[in-house]
Amino acid sequence: MSVNTTTTADSQAPAKQGVSLPAPAAATGNVKIMRTAGAILLAIGVAAPFLSGNFLIFQLTMMMIYAIAILGLNILTGFNGQFSLGHGAFYAVGAYTAAIMMDQFGIGYLWTLPIAGIVCFVVGFLFGLPALRLDGVYLALATFALAVVTPQLFKLTPFEHWTSGVMGIVISKPDAPFGLPLNPDQWLYFLTFAIGLLAYVCARNLVGSRTGRALMAIRDNPIAARSMGVNTALFKSLAFGVSALYTGVAGALGAIVVQYISPDSFHFALSVALVVGLVVGGVGWLPGALFGGAFIMFVPNIAEELSKGLSGAVYGVIMILMMYAIPTGLGGLLKAALGALSKRSTTR
Amino acid sequence: MHNRRNMLKYMGAGLALSASLAFPAISHAADMPGVTDTEIKLGNISPYSGPASAYSTIAKTIAAYFNKVNEEGGINGRKINFLSYDDGYSPPKAVEQARKLVESDEVLLIFQSLGTPSNSAIEKYMNMKKVPQLLVATGATKFGNPKEAPWTMGWQPNYQSEGIIYGRWINSEMPDAKIAVMYQNDDFGKDVLAGLKTGLGDKADMIVAEASYEVAEPVVDSQVVKLKASGADVFINIATPKFAAQAIKKAHEIGWDATQIVANVSTSVAAVLTPAGLEASTGVISTGYLKDMQDPQWADDPAKKDWEAFMDKYFPDGNKASNFTVYGYSVAQTMVHILEQAGDDLTRENVLKQAASMKDVTLPLFLPGMSMNTSETDYFPIEQMQLMKFDGERWVNFGDVISGEVGG
Repeated sequence: MSVNTTTTADSQAPAKQGVSLPAPAAATGNVKIMRTAGAILLAIGVAAPFLSGNFLIFQLTMMMIYAIAILGLNILTGFNGQFSLGHGAFYAVGAYTAAIMMDQFGIGYLWTLPIAGIVCFVVGFLFGLPALRLDGVYLALATFALAVVTPQLFKLTPFEHWTSGVMGIVISKPDAPFGLPLNPDQWLYFLTFAIGLLAYVCARNLVGSRTGRALMAIRDNPIAARSMGVNTALFKSLAFGVSALYTGVAGALGAIVVQYISPDSFHFALSVALVVGLVVGGVGWLPGALFGGAFIMFVPNIAEELSKGLSGAVYGVIMILMMYAIPTGLGGLLKAALGALSKRSTTR
Repeated sequence: MHNRRNMLKYMGAGLALSASLAFPAISHAADMPGVTDTEIKLGNISPYSGPASAYSTIAKTIAAYFNKVNEEGGINGRKINFLSYDDGYSPPKAVEQARKLVESDEVLLIFQSLGTPSNSAIEKYMNMKKVPQLLVATGATKFGNPKEAPWTMGWQPNYQSEGIIYGRWINSEMPDAKIAVMYQNDDFGKDVLAGLKTGLGDKADMIVAEASYEVAEPVVDSQVVKLKASGADVFINIATPKFAAQAIKKAHEIGWDATQIVANVSTSVAAVLTPAGLEASTGVISTGYLKDMQDPQWADDPAKKDWEAFMDKYFPDGNKASNFTVYGYSVAQTMVHILEQAGDDLTRENVLKQAASMKDVTLPLFLPGMSMNTSETDYFPIEQMQLMKFDGERWVNFGDVISGEVGG
């Protein structure tokens, strides 16, 4: 048996090397392509609010907010291998934290964002501790329960003084500060854009750091990670906390942009949508979050245009086709395409 | 050089000319968004998907009714273009769809957007944009506040009015009653309860027991048992269908022979009274404002025949036994009435003004004696209802139409 496994490992090794270690010239080529794509995206992102109407700006803002939440989910699922069906709960906690602070205590909306992030970090970290005992589908089930329970909690009478129960909380839309010549929609767009960019850079640095490598080591082989001295319990809980922080900030931004929250805003479908966005964007590929956000923001609208009564079914069919065509999400597709490209350039 | 300067001059003149020509047309269109000489654009938001999708029957009925109006020549020669979008009963989605309707489709107004959460979510936006949010599909009393939200108006009797009607009736018919109330702990339950106390006036101490329940609770048996122990002889059941059915059943099981009143939202024979048991439900009292199309007393009513002809021709897939089709048909007629009153002056201001100046407007499917009245300070079109009693097979109306005017 042991002989068998070693031989298969041996026979796979060269093939693997061929794909994952392309010639240096080709690798820099790939980096160049990615950089140019990034720069173009950035330029489009800055120009967009001046070229489109307020409605589209609003939609793009919501898309980026979902992207930030998916980024957080990606850190947990993509890099640490813990599966969560309950990120809608953290989104809701972030949104309620921001809304209650603005509504009850008159705190400025900008200050609510870091505080919502911190509250969600704590909630996520604490939830991560008992979740350490759970793996795979069991963890998915526990987080699912979290997503179902959280909106109900906001309806409870003891909290009603702050949450207004099912009536929800109405929030005023902030104007652009410093007399900037932007309307509120454009201002919120740029605010979200900046936070999204910051979130992305932080996530990238995190993934590239020692901590990131520890997270991935836990995902790939927990026993090996532990024997190399990685404190798996701490890192797994930390991953939960950071992931919840991202999603909480997204939730707070969402509350400010939508200007209204109620328990019905955070139906279980939100958690599922975030997982869908993660998968179609590419698990373990950070820029995929943007594509995932676009998918959950715009594809339901396309589905509704095709058939109103059967929009859910159309959405499902689009999703199935998507998974059939690119089973590893956009990230997987791009990786494969770039791999093929670099292979070609090396053979030439 | 010379040539180019000339060209610039001509271009400048051309621009000035086209601008002077274009301006009147633009200002005209800006006055009446969503309206052309041949079309009126109305927006709508309904849950076609998600947990509340059963309500989408209302929007489908409205769309069918507008097809009928268009086929018969439209309103003053203009056809209604009814744009109805899905929000899945999710407030953030409702905001997105409202913005799409107002900013991208440029509708004249949003009509019959459905659900308390969705309407709460868009109320502020609609009032900021000064776009009418007319005849919303919820009974929450907060959608009738002309001081703070002058562009938002309800249609159906609000929950508070309903409570007032029960209070007034008990006050005049059973002045010595001891009342026990079970209510859902949200805006609906609290609105009806507040109305009940208003209706009872200075006799509000007739209420000897109150018990609330959360929507998340599985059963309400303990509340019913507790209320019976108070010794009350009138049981007011302010609950949504599932809980209303449980309470009627439980009260029957424990042999509580109080006079039972059930809220208007839970009067469906199929969804509430049959599951609760027809025997247990016999004698239950509630209120209504629309004719029940299953009731044989309207068999020869010409209004019923018109409705049936409409259903057969324009909405053959619709369920005639569903109250939603009667509701949708009637609310669409109200909208058509408002647009007809506005005539050719279809600005948002004037349409709102017409909606706020309805005087004794009756609809064919209203119970006899009922009418709609609004004013600049009264944003509740329907405030009258008639009591009805379940006889074991169907609801039977009795007594006079009672007004439940808030503050009146």
